[in-house]
Amino acid sequence: MSDNVKGARGAASETQLSISDVSKHFGGVRAVESVTLSVTRGDLVSIIGPNGAGKTSLLNMISGFYRPDAGSIVFEGNDITGTRPSQVAALGIARTFQNIALFSGMTVLDNIMLGRHVRMKAGVLSSFVYWGLAQREEVAHRARVEELIEFLELEDLRKQPTSGLAYGLRKRVELGRALALDPKVLLLDEPMGGMNQEEKEDMARFILDVNRQWGTTVILIEHDMAVVMDISERVVVLDRGRKIAEGSPDEVQRDPDVIRAYLGTAEERREAAE
Amino acid sequence: MTTTLPRLLRRNALTMAERSAIREKKRGIWQTFTWSRYNREVRDFASGLAAHGFQRGDLLAVAGDNRPRLYWAQLAAQCLGGVAVPVYQDSIALELVYVLDHAEVSVVVAEDQEQVDKILAIKAQLPHLNLVIFDDPRGLQHYDLPFLKSFDAVQTAGRDFDEAHAGYLEAEIDKGAPDDLALLNYTSGTTGYPKGVMLSHANLLCAAEAFAKAEEVRPSDDLLCYLPMAWIGDSLLSLVLHLLVGFTANCPERPDTVQRDLRELGPTVGIAPPRIWENMLTSLRVRTADSTPLKRRLFDFFQRLAERGELLKADGKRPGLGMRLGLALGEFLVYGPVRDQLGLRRARWFYTGGAPLGPETFRFFRSLGVNLKQVWGATELSGLASLQPDGEANPDTVGPVVAGTELRISEDGEVQIRSPAVFRGYYKQLKATRDALTDDGWYRTGDSGYIDERGHLIVIDRAKDVGKLGDGTLFAPQFIENKLKFSPFIAEAVAFGDARPFVAAMIAIDLGTLGNWAERHNLAYTSFQDLSAKPEVRGLIGEEIRKCNASLPSGSRIGRFLLLNKEFDADDNEITRTRKIRRRFVAEKYAPVVEAFYSGTHQVDLATDITYEDGRKATLNSTIAIDDVEEVRQPVQEPAYA
Repeated sequence: MSDNVKGARGAASETQLSISDVSKHFGGVRAVESVTLSVTRGDLVSIIGPNGAGKTSLLNMISGFYRPDAGSIVFEGNDITGTRPSQVAALGIARTFQNIALFSGMTVLDNIMLGRHVRMKAGVLSSFVYWGLAQREEVAHRARVEELIEFLELEDLRKQPTSGLAYGLRKRVELGRALALDPKVLLLDEPMGGMNQEEKEDMARFILDVNRQWGTTVILIEHDMAVVMDISERVVVLDRGRKIAEGSPDEVQRDPDVIRAYLGTAEERREAAE
Repeated sequence: MTTTLPRLLRRNALTMAERSAIREKKRGIWQTFTWSRYNREVRDFASGLAAHGFQRGDLLAVAGDNRPRLYWAQLAAQCLGGVAVPVYQDSIALELVYVLDHAEVSVVVAEDQEQVDKILAIKAQLPHLNLVIFDDPRGLQHYDLPFLKSFDAVQTAGRDFDEAHAGYLEAEIDKGAPDDLALLNYTSGTTGYPKGVMLSHANLLCAAEAFAKAEEVRPSDDLLCYLPMAWIGDSLLSLVLHLLVGFTANCPERPDTVQRDLRELGPTVGIAPPRIWENMLTSLRVRTADSTPLKRRLFDFFQRLAERGELLKADGKRPGLGMRLGLALGEFLVYGPVRDQLGLRRARWFYTGGAPLGPETFRFFRSLGVNLKQVWGATELSGLASLQPDGEANPDTVGPVVAGTELRISEDGEVQIRSPAVFRGYYKQLKATRDALTDDGWYRTGDSGYIDERGHLIVIDRAKDVGKLGDGTLFAPQFIENKLKFSPFIAEAVAFGDARPFVAAMIAIDLGTLGNWAERHNLAYTSFQDLSAKPEVRGLIGEEIRKCNASLPSGSRIGRFLLLNKEFDADDNEITRTRKIRRRFVAEKYAPVVEAFYSGTHQVDLATDITYEDGRKATLNSTIAIDDVEEVRQPVQEPAYA
């Protein structure tokens, strides 16, 4: 990928999401330890780190699945520390999961349509009658979902149950469902895990297009370093719950702390070899 | 012929203003454009082209799948006296450079980022190209290039231009003459580089009028446009006949949704090359094999009944009462529902053309009640020379020639045609043009054939392909290959035998059907190459060949065969983009195989070059087994040159 496909940070570099000093402990395990991070609107940030570094825990705190033990998370001026996941989603923060969490008996269309649920206003009764508001709403939401289906090139699978789909396609549907929320911030937990090269390239293109076309802020956890370095504007490195580096892909790759976290010190390597 | 395509559009916009002209499935819904909207879109784009300096005689290429805007772009160029050059959307860069450079194209209208990227990669080699226009802006927002414009931007510029130059476009349309070039169609060519076939408005309209005279075409008809836009068959129906008659052209959502879109739309008329029919038949068989035993038996029973009935009808006999009752029941239980599944329920007629279709496949569809008929033509004949009228459909002939067309058979058996639809020559290739025409102006089709007692043309094969076996038996490879391809397990076949003691065939398996078969037989495999090397698979194909041999004259039965380790691919030059075998190239490329066929060895080492979609090349090394089909091998004693 060439230079003209880097993320599109808007001219207005205001802070959209600010995470200050958050910590999360599970018994004696310090999953996340005083991490501070601020994300500007339209940013494309990757969070990397060895296994167990606390990446997913951090994401879970942002999306409300975990309540931080300390620190605060502020999104567009609202303190969302400890807010319930459904409310966080309604505010405009959407996520995908490391292990695919789709409704396997439902079609691609229905799964993505579910993502619109938080945006629907019609009540049970009016939906049952399917007239007036409920109908208008359904049509409007379906139009948006169709836009996403087109965007993700899922037209031919619209009516297929997700259970029969290949892994890479199911990940794509999951992204579709997150996008159906019309999120301001998109949290992606290993969107390319378990994919082959071609699927990874497709997914990278979708992520970049979301970021550039709609200006959606993206926070990405990913293990594939080539992809991370290729598409990210900024990389944050966690190790054992702590932030050890932050900067452009180039800066991070040269950082001695990062190299140590990934490869160990020369001494440790010698020990391991023996 | 006194009109042009843009003038027909103007007429339609007046006489059929609010009727539907073209539809496009977008976001799951068929969006309709009326003739007046269609006209406005074309005119805005034409003015936009004019604003960007497009002039009479300039060439505009379109690259992409069938999209309304790509058809509009072609018409817009013609409004200004320009020429449209549709190119194959899956062409690799090398082919594209040749065509765009040879045609000196100045504007390319590309469907999406994929096509734009392809054009940008070769832009430096195209000195005449000064404007690239894209339809779908997805992913292109950050391309900041002065010569790259969106379709919308060009139309906006067009509206401004039109205000400043009122009457300009109208005058340009009036200036257009029927003898002006309208279309430059590069033939995929089974030999050598593609040649640009120059067709005028009069050529195209003559073919379309002859079509409309020979076949019932109504303004209320629906056509699904899903064949490559660079194929003359698509231009003739989706553009010329569409403008002439005013029926609705329908563009599918995406190439992978065609089957579903076909079923949703239920087109009333259509055309498809043999490949599509073969695929439909194969998928139908796979689905039957996967269904319940009762359904499978019902299908088999009624299908055999229908085929017997079809054979009777072809002989001009009337089936007995019992059979008629059975057929009526079959229509209710099987034929109707199957046609519905295939999206052919509303079809009044469907043609097969572009290459011969095997008689078994042809009969199969007819027996299901699909009015499938043969059409025969060539790009050089604006796509049409003969077609079968209703009630005279027959797998062996291609029907009588259409009105205004004269046909003669030369002394060496070649079919020659004279008509107003005969092309204006190959672009910038005088010698090739001279070779294609006789001294008295007839077009040499290169097909050998004869006229039967009813006046129907029978095409045997490409004249240069027809040969003789060692014992003097006539050898028509395509005839044998089509028989082979009737097997659901065989995707492609190439038969050898000219000046050889017996016929041998190279076969590419059908991965879909055979994969399904392997699953049902608990046969594990990893890839195409692996599957085609399995002894079980070789045994199965051997059986299929024996079945096929039973219906071949004893002299031309297949003696030996081999299963290829890859599919034939247009990127490797083995087949054309319309999926015709490039026979001479294949014979050269697989020379060791041919050698091995006739030397009697049972395996051959093969190094195959393959080209990936991005143009990279690789070599596939493997040893492939050659099998004998026993009962045929015996009579052939001592090959003449062994």
